[in-house]
Amino acid sequence: MSERKEQGLKEYPLPEAGSQPPFLYPAYTSTVRRAPQKPLIQLPHTLSELTGPLYGHNPIGETDNDLTRQHAGEPLGERIIVTGRVLDEDGRPIPHTLVELWQCNAAGRYFHNVDDHRAPLDPNFTGAGRTMTDENGAYRFVTIKPGAYPWRNHANAWRPAHIHFSLFGPCFVTRLITQMYFPNDPLMPFDPISQSIPDERARQRLVSRFDLSLTEPEWALGYRFDMVLRGREATPFEGRE
Amino acid sequence: MKPERLCGLPAQTIGPFYHFALTSNAALGCLTRPDAKGERMRVRFRLLDGDDVPVPDGMLEIWQADAAGKYDHPADTQEQAPDPAFCGFGRLATDAEGCCTFDTVRPGRAPDGRGGCQASHLNVSVFARGLLGRLCTRVYFEGDAALAEDPVLRLVPEERRGTLIARRDAAQTGQWNFDIHLQGEQETVFFEI
Repeated sequence: MSERKEQGLKEYPLPEAGSQPPFLYPAYTSTVRRAPQKPLIQLPHTLSELTGPLYGHNPIGETDNDLTRQHAGEPLGERIIVTGRVLDEDGRPIPHTLVELWQCNAAGRYFHNVDDHRAPLDPNFTGAGRTMTDENGAYRFVTIKPGAYPWRNHANAWRPAHIHFSLFGPCFVTRLITQMYFPNDPLMPFDPISQSIPDERARQRLVSRFDLSLTEPEWALGYRFDMVLRGREATPFEGRE
Repeated sequence: MKPERLCGLPAQTIGPFYHFALTSNAALGCLTRPDAKGERMRVRFRLLDGDDVPVPDGMLEIWQADAAGKYDHPADTQEQAPDPAFCGFGRLATDAEGCCTFDTVRPGRAPDGRGGCQASHLNVSVFARGLLGRLCTRVYFEGDAALAEDPVLRLVPEERRGTLIARRDAAQTGQWNFDIHLQGEQETVFFEI
C-alpha cells in the first residue's frame, strides 16, 4: 500500500485549478438556490472512492450506438458520426467503460414531457444512446446533429447545440457528466453553462473537432471528441535495473 | 522525456431532460435479488434547494458495499467474493416531491485503508439542473455504534455530522429517511473527492 494511501490522501489528484465550473455561477440562474454555500470537505480516497460500478447496468442493444436506426423510419436532420477515445490524464485508454449520451432532435426539441419548446418532435428520433468503449478506449455513435434551442435563463437565451455525455470510468472518483459542443458555434460565448468553466483552454476541451477523415462520403459528417477522465497521480519514472 | 499530462474534462450540468436516457429503467432503484444476503433497507431520499423547495428534476446515484463489506470491483482485494445476488449501484430520478427510494441491504463495513473499518455507508452522487458538476455525499445510519470511530465522519465538524445520518422512519419499518439540503442552515455535508 502506498504511503499516500496510508496517510489518507487522494490517489487521484484534484482537478487543475480553473478546469471545472464552480457550483455557484449566478449568470446560470438555477445555480443560485442549488449551489452549496458551505465549503466542501476534502475526502481521502478510501476503498469507497477507489471502486465504482464497472459494467453496463443495462445490457447494450444492437442499435444503442446508432440513434438513426432506433425507429421504423429515418430521423430528420444532418447525420453525424461522433467518435473518439476515453482516456485518463496520462493518455492511457480506458477500455470497456460505459458511455451514455442524450440530446435533442434536429429541431431543438427533447423527447421529454417537460420540454415545451415549440419545435416538432421527430417520431423517428428519441435521442438516447449507450455503448461500451472497446479495448483501445474507443467509442463511436451515429446520430443527428442536435439543434440549438431557447431556454428561460435570461432574455433571449439559447443553448448552443450540444450532446450530453455520461461516463463512469474505473471508479467512483472518475464519474463524469458533461456536454459536448460543436466547433465555431456562435452561441457559445453567450451560454452561461459553458462559460461557467473559468479556464478557456478547459472550455475548449468540450468542443468536438470536425474531422474530414471520419466522414462517410454520401452519408455523414464526422466529429472527433476524446474524453479525458481524472487520472491517478502520475507514477514516478522508474529506471531499468 | 515526461509526456505532458492531459487534463480531465470539465463537468457540465445534467440539465432537466435526461430522464429518457438515464432513468427509464426503474429497476435501478432495487439493488437486491430475493436471495441477497443482509438486512433489508429502504432508503428514501428527499432533495431540497436553498428555499427548502423540493428539487423535482434531480438524479441520485448510490454506490455501496454488499452486506459483508465487499465492493464488486477489482480494487477491493478482500478475500470473499461479492454477493452475486446484490448490485452495489443504483440510480433514480427525484419525483415531484424531490424524493426517490432505493431498496437495498445495509452495507457491511468496508476497510478504511489504514487497518481499520469504515462505518456502514452509501456513497451518493447528486446531479441536477443548476448543479454544474456532481455533488458527492455519504449516508450513514442512525444508531450505528461504529459511527464514533468512522475516519471520514471524524473529518466533518461535529455540528454538521448529523446531516450525513439517515434516520429510521417512525411509521415504516425498514425505511430510512435522508434529506439532502443543497443550501441553508441544514446544508448537507458535501465532499470534494
